[in-house]
Amino acid sequence: MAELSVVIATDCGSTTTKAILIERRDGVYRQTYRGEAPTTVEAPFEDVTRGVLNAIQEVEELSGRRILDGERIITPAQGDSGVDLYISTSSAGGGLQMMVAGVVQSMTGESAQRCALGAGAIVMDVLAANDGRLPHEKIERIRQLRPDMVLLSGGTDGGTVSHVVELAEFVAAADPRPRFGAGFRLPVIYAGNSEAREQIEQVLGHRTALTLTENIRPTLEQENLGPARRVIHDLFLEHVMAQAPGYRKLMSWTGAPIMPTPAAVGEIMQAIARRHGINVVGVDIGGATTDVFSVFDGVFNRTVSANLGMSYSVSNVLSEAGVDQIMRWVPFEMDEAELRDRIKNKMIRPTTVPQLREDLQIEQAIAREALRLAFAQHRDLAVGLKGVQTERTLSDVFDQSSSGASLIDLRRLDLLVGSGGVLSHAPRRVQAAAMLIDAFQPEGVTRLAVDSIFMMPHLGVLSTVDQRAATEVFDNDCLVYLGTCVAPVGSGKPGTVCAAYRVVLPDGEREGELRAGDIVRLPIPAGATAELTLEPARGWDAGAGKGAKIAATVHGGVAGLILDGRGRPLQLPAGREERLSRVTAWNTALDLY
Amino acid sequence: MAHAYTPGLRVTRQATIRRERRLPLRGEVLVAVGDRVRRDQVVARTALPGEVTTLNLVNRLGISPAELPRYMLKREGERVAAGEPLAATRPLLKWFKTTVASPVDGTVESVSSVTGQIILRKPARAVEVLAYLDGTVVEVLADEGVVVEAQGAFVQGIFGVGGECWGPIRVLVARPDQRLEAAAIEPSCAGRIVVGGALLTFELIDRARQCGAVGIIGGGVRDQDLRKLLGYDLGVAITGSEKVGITMIVTEGFGQIAIARKTFEILAACDGREASISGATQIRAGVQRPEIIITGQDSEETVRDPRPAHTTGLQLGDQVRVIRVPYFGRVGRVIALPQELQPVESEARVRVLELELDSGERAIVPRANVEVIED
Repeated sequence: MAELSVVIATDCGSTTTKAILIERRDGVYRQTYRGEAPTTVEAPFEDVTRGVLNAIQEVEELSGRRILDGERIITPAQGDSGVDLYISTSSAGGGLQMMVAGVVQSMTGESAQRCALGAGAIVMDVLAANDGRLPHEKIERIRQLRPDMVLLSGGTDGGTVSHVVELAEFVAAADPRPRFGAGFRLPVIYAGNSEAREQIEQVLGHRTALTLTENIRPTLEQENLGPARRVIHDLFLEHVMAQAPGYRKLMSWTGAPIMPTPAAVGEIMQAIARRHGINVVGVDIGGATTDVFSVFDGVFNRTVSANLGMSYSVSNVLSEAGVDQIMRWVPFEMDEAELRDRIKNKMIRPTTVPQLREDLQIEQAIAREALRLAFAQHRDLAVGLKGVQTERTLSDVFDQSSSGASLIDLRRLDLLVGSGGVLSHAPRRVQAAAMLIDAFQPEGVTRLAVDSIFMMPHLGVLSTVDQRAATEVFDNDCLVYLGTCVAPVGSGKPGTVCAAYRVVLPDGEREGELRAGDIVRLPIPAGATAELTLEPARGWDAGAGKGAKIAATVHGGVAGLILDGRGRPLQLPAGREERLSRVTAWNTALDLY
Repeated sequence: MAHAYTPGLRVTRQATIRRERRLPLRGEVLVAVGDRVRRDQVVARTALPGEVTTLNLVNRLGISPAELPRYMLKREGERVAAGEPLAATRPLLKWFKTTVASPVDGTVESVSSVTGQIILRKPARAVEVLAYLDGTVVEVLADEGVVVEAQGAFVQGIFGVGGECWGPIRVLVARPDQRLEAAAIEPSCAGRIVVGGALLTFELIDRARQCGAVGIIGGGVRDQDLRKLLGYDLGVAITGSEKVGITMIVTEGFGQIAIARKTFEILAACDGREASISGATQIRAGVQRPEIIITGQDSEETVRDPRPAHTTGLQLGDQVRVIRVPYFGRVGRVIALPQELQPVESEARVRVLELELDSGERAIVPRANVEVIED
């Protein structure tokens, strides 16, 4: 492909379609203009391209560049008209909804779940031979859910055949219909024991649109998710997208295949981790769902919490976390009935924004809990393979970890990235840093960032076409580095010293003592670094072991360096008065509100 | 967003309302274009495939899965009655014969020689779709359903629970901001849709259903009362299938809020007339709001439905309601629409508008926090 100079990218979300313009200026790719419009997948429009054209039209108005000729995107770019490439992601119409099945829930069931999630799907249910449900209950469930696609796996290659064939029989008996396109057969992917292929074909071949691919768990020790993920992407385009209103037309416009939004964000997360050789956790908190991504030692995982979000699902955060968990972050008292009514009013009118500071504080308290719950779900799924036999040496006998341990090790986390309205659009950037720290509770030294205006999906799909353009925009315009959090792990009586610090800042040195229960914020401008030496007190661990001194280069940002002495796991005082005064003190230290 | 639609609910005295009545699966349509239908009339019917029962026969017969087809007495597709033999062994001595009988009435769906499992499907269940509105069939969706058209008043609520029902409207309050006491609901409300004022308390809703009312409409409900009614905390606003013995619709939101003036006037004018209502709410993309349709009014001046409410964006002079604190529930008129983003108390920089509230007071409010009240 010839070198790109102008790119227009859209993300068709469930409520809004966001367009960004990327232009090469002075040899560097930059994101220059942005437009948005309501998504038009549903009645009365039922054509996704309307919203896309409206969003692009807004970019046209702001930039002065002519991009559309009627309903056609002008390509290639010439002077101040046209673009070289149009690309898009989509999560409209509820995204990609899948049902997965495996023989043993904690083994192939989990692998299938990781496979589908990594491909950008919402997993509606996980069926397994041993999930405790009766056969007719499983069949009813498959029929009821009407997934876009089913991923069937089970058995290692050469292992048992009958269990996975039994699952196939359940799928066949349910005779499920896809969500879109009444006359179409449901796409089913078989990625299980290769020796059962023939039988699977006999059972499902004539009833479903069956695709056979490599086993996702060829042996107990090995997970092979790539081939099945690629099949999911292909089928997403062929079956799901092609049936959704207007997508056939949209697909004919784009210069690269349309990606499910979370899959595109996953691409970009993996790209950052690869490029810098670091461990990354990212979160995208939306109105309806919260996605968490992690890359640890090169292993990518994604989870989606389908009912944790800040508008459509806000009431579900309340029912899952409970009023007390939310109110613990709020530095004032509020009547529970009043809080419940406010949250329900947000649920039924999801587009409203907080006008009062007090209302913002409640909203950010809810966000902390939504993020915390979503991350807990992620830790449960981002685990090593279960069922793996490991040889244990004498030293392992004292090690309690076993197969299936979480891959998420907060002490080794280098970068925590937040995205989504409540984080990206927080009136003060330091509020986003505080929400991330309280929800994820990073340990040791962790750099914090937010997606400036939610363009990671666009850049994810761009990276599949032009890695350099995606990287440059990502570095220059997408990520806003907030600063660095340094949190020793331990607990102690409030007020006692938990660490001594010395920071060599660009404009001089600062040293002091960090006390248990306190937060200290030191300004370091964006782009600058400082040399930190931290000597934890006995019983406290900043990453090098209890009481062991650490030295690190810390990066600045709008929030600067945040020394968090509140301990891990973070516990708020139970007493009302003490909690209020402590939360107020933290807010003051961070200059939050 | 240049193309933002200002959220607003449709409230109109006279509209042409079309409702698609669709089967969950393909089936038979029982009416034709031009037919007059009554709301409780069946317009389409289908048979929902019966539930399935699985049986693993190989263990019970003491054979291997591969042998199963040979011992089956019923083949795939054959009917079988409960108690009728399904499969039997054929030993040399009859004394050793093992027979497995079908536990249910149904059809043999599949016989697996891999797993030894057979699947029996129970007889199909009939599913019927009713017309829901008194109106005329204007379109037949081949094998799937019909579109029914009716003329009448149309009011969208903001949130509801419970499914479709119908009955005469019974307005029990004199003013839209009045709170109704539970004792005011009498047994004569049986079969009716009660209009109950600014706050539907649990006691009020409970009293209405005990008296046999089919529906209840009000300005607001408190979340704690909704929880009591449902028996659980509603997490996501997808409703319509609740079995709570009554359909409840609130027109304004959570808390005590007067019913909007125009909504109340329409309901009051329709006192005693038949209405079809649905509490089904879906607040996701493709939002669905609960609705009150009072058919039977003919007029020359009709408005086509569906159309997105208020597509033109906000205009100076529009009447709006504020839908978030600090002015939650207050009504006012738009007097300025500044273009530039402006900071509000939360320090967020947003597009705002200036309002003259009904009290005469002026207020600056984020544009996202108002909804247009249609005249």
